[in-house]
Amino acid sequence: MSFWRSAGFWINVLLVAIGGAVVLLIHQDTLRETVFTILMFVILASSLNIIMGLTGYVNFGHIVFFGLGGYFGFFLLSQLGWPLYLCMIAGGALSVVIALVVGAAVLRLRGAYFALATIGINEAARAFVANFAPFGGATGLYVNFSAYNAYGGSSKALWWIFTLLWIVTIITVVVCYLVKHSRFGLGLIAIREDEDAAMVMGVKTPWAKTAAFALSAFFPALVGTLYFFKNGNVEPEDAFRFQLSLEILVMVMLGGKGYVLGPIIGALAYERLRGVLLVSPLFKNLHLALSGAILLLIVLFMPGGLVGWVRDRLPRLRRWLE
Amino acid sequence: MFAHLSASLVDGLLIGFVYGIAAMGLSLIWGVMRVINLAHGATMALGMFCIYGLFTKLGINPYLGVPLAALLALLFGFLIYGVALHRVMQSGYLYTLLATFAVNMIIIGVGTTLFTTSPRNVDFSLGSLQMGSEILLGTRLVAAVASVVITVALYLFLYFTRTGKAIRAVSNNRAAAELMGISSTQVLALSFGLGTMLAAVAGGLTATFFPFTILSGGAYQLKSFVICVLGGLGNPLGALFGGLILGALEGIVPVFMPVSWVPVVEFGLFVLVLVVRPTGLMGAK
Amino acid sequence: MKTFMSFVVALGLAGAIILQPLGAAAADKSILIGFTASQTGKLNVEATRQINGLNLWVEQVNQAGGIKLPDGTHVKVQTKYYDDESNKERVQELYTRLISSDKADFLISPYSSGLADAAAVMAQQYNKIMITTGASSDSIFKKGYTLVYMTYTPASRYLTGALDVLLKLDPAAKKIAIIHENDKFSTDVVTALKKYAEDKGMEVPMFEGYDSGATDFAPFINKIPKGVDGVMGGGHFADTTTFARQFYEKKVPAKMLALLVAPPEPKFAELGDACIGVIGPSQWEPFATYSPEAAKAEKVEWFGPTVQDFLKLYSAKYGKEEPSYHSAGGYAAGLILQKGIEAAGSLDTDKVQAAIDKEDMYTFYGRIKFNTTPNLHGLQDGHEMIYIQWRKDKQGKPEKIAVWPASAASAAPVLRKVE
Repeated sequence: MSFWRSAGFWINVLLVAIGGAVVLLIHQDTLRETVFTILMFVILASSLNIIMGLTGYVNFGHIVFFGLGGYFGFFLLSQLGWPLYLCMIAGGALSVVIALVVGAAVLRLRGAYFALATIGINEAARAFVANFAPFGGATGLYVNFSAYNAYGGSSKALWWIFTLLWIVTIITVVVCYLVKHSRFGLGLIAIREDEDAAMVMGVKTPWAKTAAFALSAFFPALVGTLYFFKNGNVEPEDAFRFQLSLEILVMVMLGGKGYVLGPIIGALAYERLRGVLLVSPLFKNLHLALSGAILLLIVLFMPGGLVGWVRDRLPRLRRWLE
Repeated sequence: MFAHLSASLVDGLLIGFVYGIAAMGLSLIWGVMRVINLAHGATMALGMFCIYGLFTKLGINPYLGVPLAALLALLFGFLIYGVALHRVMQSGYLYTLLATFAVNMIIIGVGTTLFTTSPRNVDFSLGSLQMGSEILLGTRLVAAVASVVITVALYLFLYFTRTGKAIRAVSNNRAAAELMGISSTQVLALSFGLGTMLAAVAGGLTATFFPFTILSGGAYQLKSFVICVLGGLGNPLGALFGGLILGALEGIVPVFMPVSWVPVVEFGLFVLVLVVRPTGLMGAK
Repeated sequence: MKTFMSFVVALGLAGAIILQPLGAAAADKSILIGFTASQTGKLNVEATRQINGLNLWVEQVNQAGGIKLPDGTHVKVQTKYYDDESNKERVQELYTRLISSDKADFLISPYSSGLADAAAVMAQQYNKIMITTGASSDSIFKKGYTLVYMTYTPASRYLTGALDVLLKLDPAAKKIAIIHENDKFSTDVVTALKKYAEDKGMEVPMFEGYDSGATDFAPFINKIPKGVDGVMGGGHFADTTTFARQFYEKKVPAKMLALLVAPPEPKFAELGDACIGVIGPSQWEPFATYSPEAAKAEKVEWFGPTVQDFLKLYSAKYGKEEPSYHSAGGYAAGLILQKGIEAAGSLDTDKVQAAIDKEDMYTFYGRIKFNTTPNLHGLQDGHEMIYIQWRKDKQGKPEKIAVWPASAASAAPVLRKVE
C-alpha cells in the first residue's frame, strides 16, 4: 500500500480537503451554503460511483439510503435525543444492514433488470415510510429550534454541521480511492468488464457485489442525517426524491464514472451549472430544459465524462487524474 | 362485501387496459432497442395536452384527436431517435437511458414554460352505464375497448406484416437481422416512434377521464415499469396482461387495507417478480 | 465592438430593470425584501399568484412614496427573489444568499409548508423577520421560532367550519367519512377535523389517506361506507379535482362533499356538473365582505386598501387574471410587514418584532392577529376561513358563492341532492 505516494490520491483528497478548509477560513455564510450543497452531492455521487462506476451495476435507488438512513438518524435525534454523531453512525449502520439484505436478493439481477429493481425499491421505501407511524407517517418529523442550542446556538450548529459534512466528504473520497486500488476493487472492476469471466478467475462475485453495495449505502445515510438536521424537519417526499437519484447519476456520468475524481468534478460542475442558471434572470424559465440539453450533449459527445475526455486528449495527465 | 369487491375489480380492470397501452410502448422500446425510455411519461403528458388543446381550442372530439396525436407522436418519436438516441445505440443501456432522461428534462422544462403546471381537465362525458349497483363510465369503457383494438392491431402488425416481422427479427437478434439485409436503423427508429405513439395514445385516452398536468406522466411511467415487469420485459403483448393485473391489484388491495399502502404492495411485488421471475408472470421466452 | 458594448449595456440595463422595477430614486431609506418563488415544478401556479400579490403591494407602497415612519422618513421597498424549483434542496442555500449576500432586511416565505419550514430555520438563525404566506401547517409554529409570522389560517382550522355547516343544515347528521392525501398539510387538516368531529359526538367510520400521485379513486370511493352524511378531505388541486369528478360520476349518496384547496380555484368550474354542490374552505375570496365600517363596529383598526380597491388594482396590473387567495395572501404578507415597520418607527428587527406581536387589524384580507405565547408564537389567531359552495347560476353555468360564516355569506349553504 503506497497510496500516500501517489499523485492521484493527493489530488483527490486535497481538492475536497482544501475546498472545505477555505470555506471554514473565510467563514462566509453564503459560501458555506453553496459548498454544503456541493459537498453533499460529492458524497452522494462518490458513494454511487463505488457500485456504479466500479461494479457496473446502475443503481437508480441510491437515494433510498440517504432517505432511510437519514430518517433513522433523524428519528434518534429528534425523538430520543441522541447526540448528532451517534445518530449519523446509527443511520449509516441501518443503511448497511438494509443494503446487505436487499443486495443479496437484487444483485442476482444483471444489467437493466437490476436498474429497474432499484427504481421499485425506492418507490416502495417512500410509500412505506409515508405510512410508517414511528417516523411520523406523511407528516414526517421535526426538531424544535432549541435543539441547535446543544451545539452553541443555531449559527454555530450550522458551521458544526458543515464541518462534519466536510470530514465525511474527505473520508468518502479516501475510501473510494482505497477501494479502487485494492484487490477488492480489482475484483469489482473485473465484474464490470465480464462478470462470468471474473467468477471463473476466482472473484467471489456475490460476496464482492454485496459488499460494494453495502459500502456505497453507508455514506448517503450520514449525509441524510446531517441534511435533515440542518433543515430541522423531514418529510417522505423530500427524503426519497427519485429525481435526485437521477441527478446524482447524471453527476457521476458528467464527471466520468469509474474515476475517483469523476464524481467530485461532476458534482461540482453540475451543481454550479444549475446554480448559475437558476439565479440568472436570462434563463430563469428555461433552466431545466437547458440543463437537459447540456446533459444530452455530454452523453452524445463525451461518453467518458469530463475526466475521461481530458485523459483521452492528454495521456500525460493520466497519472494525475484517477 | 362481494358487491364491493366486484365493483372495485371491474373499475380496476377497466383502468388496467389503459395502463397496459402505455406500458406496451415502453415494453416495445425495451424489447427491440434495449432502451429504458425515461421520456415515456413526458410523452404521455404531451399526448394529454395534445387532446386537451384540440378539444378546448378547436372543439375536436377527443376520439378524433387521439389518432391525430398518434401521428404527431410517431413523428416526434423519429425526431427523438434521430437527435438523441441514434449516436449512442451501441454504447449500452446506461447511455441511452441518460439520453432519454435528458429528453425528458427538455420536454418538462419547455412544457412548464408553455403550459405552467396548472391542472387541465377535458370536460367531456359519454354518460355512464348502470349495471346493478355498479356504475360504469362511458369514457372508461371506450378507452378499454380502444386499448383492446390497439393491442390486436399491434399484434397483427408485428406478426403479419413484413415490417412487423423485421421488428421482431431485430428484437431477437440485431446482428443476425442485419445480416439478413434488414436495415436496423429504420427498424429502431420505427420502434421508437411506435413506442412514443402508444404513450401518446394512452395519454390521450387517460385525459378523457382524469385531470392532468405537464408532470402527470411521471406517475404513469412508474406504473408502466411495474406493468412491463409483470407482463414480461420486452414482450409488448404481455404488457396488456400486466396492465390488467396492476389494475386489478389497485382495485382489490384497498378492500383489505388502507389505500395508501397500495404503492408499497405494488412496488414490493414489482421487486419480488423481478428477483424471482424476471421473465414476467406469463414467463414465456 | 461598439455595437456589442452597447448591446451589453442595454442587456445590463434590462436586467437591472427586471430585477428592481422601481428603483430607489428619491427615498430617504430603502429596504430589501427577499424570498424564493417556485417558478418551476409542481407549485408554480400557486407560487406565481402569491408573488403577483406581493409585487402589487410593493408597487402600491412605492407609488405612495414608501413606508412612512413616524419621524417622517420614507422607506422604499425593493425585492429580490430566486427560483426554488418547488423543492427543498436549494431553499436554505437561497435564503442564506438572500440574507448574507444580498443583505435582505426582511423575508417572505416560499409557497407551501414544507419549503416555508426549511426557510424559517434560516430566518430565525440570522435574526430576520419572516412573514409566511402560502404555508398553513401548524407544526412550523410549534418549533420555538420568535421571528416567523403566519398570514394564513392554520391547517387545524381548515375544515372544522364545514362540519359546523353540515350540523347546521342537518342536525341529525351522525357519520362522516374522511379521505385525504397522505401528505403533511392534508394530514394536519384532517387529524384536527377528526378530533373536532368526535368532540361533537360524531362517528368517523372511514379515515384514510391516499398516495400523493393517486389518479384513480374508484376503489376508494367504492369503500365509502353506506349511510355517511358527509365526505370531507382531499389534498391539493390535481388529486382533489379528480376525486370530485369521480365522486360525482359514481353518484355517491352523501349530503355534503367538502374538499381542500381545489374548490376555491376558478379552474374548478372546468369540472362542469361535477362541481355543483361542492363546499370548500378558502383563505379569502373576491366577494369577501370585510369593510372599514364592519371593523369599526368591532373596534378593530382598518389597514390598507378595501376589498374593492384591491380588486381594481389587481385587475389593472394583471389584466384578466382574477386574484385568488394566494394573491391576497401575498399582498397581506406585505401589509403585515408594512404595519409592523410603521408602528415600530424603525427597521430594527427587535422593534419590528415587538410591533408585529401587537398587531390586531382588519384588512381587505380579513382580520390579522398573532399568537404570542412562547409555544405557538407567530401562529395566526385572527383570520377566519370563508367557505364557498359551487351552484348553478341562471344560465346553468357553475358559479361560486360564499356560504359561511354567516357574516361573510351571500347565500345560505345547501345540501347536495341525493338521488
